[in-house]
Amino acid sequence: MRLDRFARSFLLAELVSGLGLTLKYFFGKKATIMYPYEKLPLSPRFKGEHALRRYANGEERCIACKLCEAVCPAQAITIEAEPREDGSRRTTRYDIDMTKCIYCGMCEEACPVDAIVEGPNFEFATETREELMYDKDRLLANGDRWEAEIAKRLELDAPYR
Amino acid sequence: MQALQDFLATPVGHLVLTVAQALALLVPVLIAVAYMTWAERRIMAAMQLRKGPNVVGPFGMLQPFADALKMLMKETIVPTGASRYLFLAAPMLTFLLAMIAWSVIPVNDGWAIADINVGILYLFAVSSLGVYGVIIAGWASNSKYAFLGALRSAAQMVSYEVSMGFVIVCVLLCAGSLNLTEIVRAQTTVWYVIPLFPMAIIFFISTLAETNRAPFDLPEGESELVAGFFVEYSSMSFALFFLGEYANILLMCSLTTILFLGGWLPPMAIEPFTWVPGPLWFALKAGLLFFCFVWVRATFPRYRYDQLMRLGWKVFLPFSLVWLIITALTLKLMGWLPA
Repeated sequence: MRLDRFARSFLLAELVSGLGLTLKYFFGKKATIMYPYEKLPLSPRFKGEHALRRYANGEERCIACKLCEAVCPAQAITIEAEPREDGSRRTTRYDIDMTKCIYCGMCEEACPVDAIVEGPNFEFATETREELMYDKDRLLANGDRWEAEIAKRLELDAPYR
Repeated sequence: MQALQDFLATPVGHLVLTVAQALALLVPVLIAVAYMTWAERRIMAAMQLRKGPNVVGPFGMLQPFADALKMLMKETIVPTGASRYLFLAAPMLTFLLAMIAWSVIPVNDGWAIADINVGILYLFAVSSLGVYGVIIAGWASNSKYAFLGALRSAAQMVSYEVSMGFVIVCVLLCAGSLNLTEIVRAQTTVWYVIPLFPMAIIFFISTLAETNRAPFDLPEGESELVAGFFVEYSSMSFALFFLGEYANILLMCSLTTILFLGGWLPPMAIEPFTWVPGPLWFALKAGLLFFCFVWVRATFPRYRYDQLMRLGWKVFLPFSLVWLIITALTLKLMGWLPA
């Protein structure tokens, strides 16, 4: 038995079989995704950049209930609200500090009208910190830009909610 | 034509000729070194199911030049506690030693710049001097990581040179010459890798340790010493270390080619093989060995330091010593000793 082990270690048996394995992988199919030319599919639940949605008639969904502000564990959301001329309750200010946000998706869960959502976009790196302090205009613009995809994602995920 | 030959006979002409020869060898060596870094990244990537650098130029072939350019743009930082002149001299020494060793390497029959008859001793001496670059770098940096890395590196390079020495003596006994060109010529009938197979393996593993390559890369063990003896280096001084290291690897591959794989000789002196010119055979063999260097790096984890020393002193040294005696006895008893 000892002779057997000695012979194996002396003939580098384990080392050679290890080399064989790496050589097999050398010719194997590569797993690299050539980002940004290739991208992996995203789950409908992917939590990316935030967006404020509108109804089909262009009216903003947010009713300033401040549930998202309350639930946010990172306290990244700041909301101020006032009645509009027509008497409906709307936000005058809706800010998200994207440097504080932990992308937990609680705001999305808390929202009674599906106004604040986390969209599929994750490519929103900026060159300055200030650009990551999102205000209401920016969030609404995001909503307009990604609405088609966001609606599709909500529909796909609806059976599981 | 006659005027040219007269000019080359003068001391100035001789100098010009030598410089031209040196450039003709060193420029391809440096380009080869650049592409070795690229090849290493590609091969390692492939073995880890990645693609590696493939964006800069066709197949990423311009990557080494992009890297070199980036390196040049960086700031050279000399730590406050460092011994300034030694700190800057160390990478130059490493690079210089890696380059001057090439003067005796015969890439083809009679192509060595200095065809001296103690070529192998010269190579051995120069590669031993390489330790100084590392030691000076480690000491002059005035950093504990660099110092520990340098200590490890010195101990390791010295240890493995002993068994490498015995392996080389085996080859010398068979070839009957210290001249590298003669050693290759002696392999016309059979490459020494066949009769001296275990020695070739030991030599290959020792070159891994000698060039501080994985799995013996303890001097720069990232997990413990950050980067070992060149932690404090940046910019061009780092690039010189890097170039020197890879030039040394290529040198060791070439040395293994010369000692065991028949240098520029084709595998068989028959038709399809003899069409390929000698330097190409040489480059092919050295390239194959470099592939093995990377292959080993991609496969094995790093040795523990005491295991490394055990392997060097308690396995390779006695084994190569015994094999040397066996070789000597066989040659003597069979009357095969070269004149």
